[in-house]
Amino acid sequence: MDISNYIYLSAILFVIGAIGVVVRRNAIVVFMCVELMLNAANLAFVTFSRIHGNLGGQIASFFTMVVAACEVVVGLAIIVTMYRSRRSASVDDASLLKR
Amino acid sequence: MTTRANLVYLIALPLFSSAFLMLLGKIANKWGHFFATAISASTFGIGIVEFIAMRSRSGDARAATQHLFEWISVGTFRVDASLLLDQLSICFVLLITGVGTLIHIYSIAYMSHDVDRRRFFAYLNLFIAAMLLLVLGDSYLNLYVGWEGVGLASYLLIGFWNQKPAYATAAKKAFVANRVGDVGLSLAIMIAFTQFGSVTFAGVKDGAPHASAAALTAIGAMLLLAAAGKSAQFPLQSWLGDAMAGPTPVSALIHAATMVTAGVYLITRSNFIFDASSTARLLVVIVGAITLLFGAIVGTAKDDIKKALAASTMSQIGYMILATGLGPVGYAFAIMHLLTHGFFKASMFLGAGSVMHGMDDEVNMRRYGALGKVMPITAITFGLGYLAIIGVPPFAGFYSKDKIIETAFNAGGTKGILLGGAALLGAAITAFYMTRVFVLTFMGKKRWDDKAHPHESPSLMWIPMVLLSLGSVASGYLLSKGSALVHWLAPVVNSSNAEGGAELMKPIVVSALALGVVVLGVATAIIKYGRSVPIEAPAGSALTRFARRDLGQDDLNHQLLVLPGQAITRTLVATDFGFIDGVVRAVGWTLAYLSQSLKKIQNGYVRSYALLMTAGAIALLVTIWLVTL
Repeated sequence: MDISNYIYLSAILFVIGAIGVVVRRNAIVVFMCVELMLNAANLAFVTFSRIHGNLGGQIASFFTMVVAACEVVVGLAIIVTMYRSRRSASVDDASLLKR
Repeated sequence: MTTRANLVYLIALPLFSSAFLMLLGKIANKWGHFFATAISASTFGIGIVEFIAMRSRSGDARAATQHLFEWISVGTFRVDASLLLDQLSICFVLLITGVGTLIHIYSIAYMSHDVDRRRFFAYLNLFIAAMLLLVLGDSYLNLYVGWEGVGLASYLLIGFWNQKPAYATAAKKAFVANRVGDVGLSLAIMIAFTQFGSVTFAGVKDGAPHASAAALTAIGAMLLLAAAGKSAQFPLQSWLGDAMAGPTPVSALIHAATMVTAGVYLITRSNFIFDASSTARLLVVIVGAITLLFGAIVGTAKDDIKKALAASTMSQIGYMILATGLGPVGYAFAIMHLLTHGFFKASMFLGAGSVMHGMDDEVNMRRYGALGKVMPITAITFGLGYLAIIGVPPFAGFYSKDKIIETAFNAGGTKGILLGGAALLGAAITAFYMTRVFVLTFMGKKRWDDKAHPHESPSLMWIPMVLLSLGSVASGYLLSKGSALVHWLAPVVNSSNAEGGAELMKPIVVSALALGVVVLGVATAIIKYGRSVPIEAPAGSALTRFARRDLGQDDLNHQLLVLPGQAITRTLVATDFGFIDGVVRAVGWTLAYLSQSLKKIQNGYVRSYALLMTAGAIALLVTIWLVTL
């Protein structure tokens, strides 16, 4: 199988994630889409690592995973707190910073 | 050259006293004036001691120096703060401290009702210190410090009663006019430095013979400008009349006897420059001749006794400047006239102050009259000064002014006749307006109303007047006896190798002529003012009205300097507002407008931010792709 198919898959996943972030209102779903984008990037890293035959991409994907894990912890905590105080997980309701 | 260790005290004592009295505040109100007077008297004492010591030395050893400290040292350029007391300086030291002390004594009584008397005496001491530094500095730079110091003291004292806006304005006017002259002096110093690499009198004197004629003329012209500013000479004369806003003792000391003669000192001190440049000398005599006539004409029209005396001061300094422009032979006569003038003009100013003291500060001579009966001492001392200034023998002015007229006639050719004629005409007008002042004030019928109670002034005031009037009687004879002053000053002004111009007239003829025009002037004034004087000034002829307006000096300055200056300022302000501010505001407005527009995308919705980020990333990628394509 042509290795470039992984790149295409990665791009498709990334686009799905990006569209999800932009169009969905539920914070949990937005969050999941962000994870999807990160994983799309990971897939691309690993694929390029394979193409170039070195381990740089794989190491980078580990970093991404670590960062993503941290992000999940912080992000979910924020979402839960937000839900507790506002009884809503919609990202559009959290617009207090507008002008 | 001799080294003396005490010269610095001449300056340090009054300077310390001035600072001391100003810093001490109200505590010193009770005794500050006595302290200041004692300090002034002690400087006079030092002056006398130095004078006696100088007389006992001879030849080159007469000039004494004192090195104080190294002031500026940059590369090869070095200026020391050093003092030089030579035959010329000592004349000034004695005049300044002597007349200064008498005027301190007079002021104790004159200013006794003023709440700020202590401050007044502090300023007087500051003036004494600055003026002594001016005449004792051994370089142009040291002189410059004193020069600015007397300007400051003069400014402070003219505006002493600065609660009156007109007086504060007069002080400002004097300061500004003096600044113009100061620029001349600083330019002269700069040119001297570029030409000779030195700013000491000795250094410049050594370099002068080797300098180009153009440089010497430039230095001479700039020095003349400086002298014109300080000595109220044409074309910077307009401040002196207004300077009479200061208390009368100040007018006597600063604006008659000492400070205004600094210009004469400067030119005499720089004799080596003027001896080497005939063009500069010509400028000097022109300025002197114009001013002596200018002041005399203004003096005939003034009804304010102090302004009449101020115009006369201007005119008499014109004589001195004229004499300094006549070459080596004239310097000694200029200094002689300066010294005698110091006596008789201070005596008359103090007399005027005494009259004002008795007349509740009335200055209009048309409201005086017959004061001789109620103020005999003032009348006699003023009268002696009056006889001295118009040049009646054997009073002081006769000896000094006569010599100047004679020297002017001997200047040679048409120039000599013109200058001599101007000096002679000036003498006639002087006799006229001084007689007018004397007659209007002390003779005729009384023209004051019954509210005024003129009375003789207290002894603290008339004793200085008596001493000064003795000076105005005797100083001329003493200074010219056996050409004493001429010989005394010869080493400084280099008059030993002066080529005496061909005598146009015998001295006795000149004296007779001068005496003739004086009698003519006196007679005219007595005929005109002897019988009755209207209290309100009559309209007068066009010339009289013009002279009352100071021959248009202020109008000329207004048209020539003030209006163009204001136009420039207005243009600059308009440019500042319209153009510079406009550009800055336009930048601000543009940024504000753009920000207002951009603000709309800050809507608080996370999703729209995400969309914008994505769009931005895509745009970036597309750009990179297009560029690398």
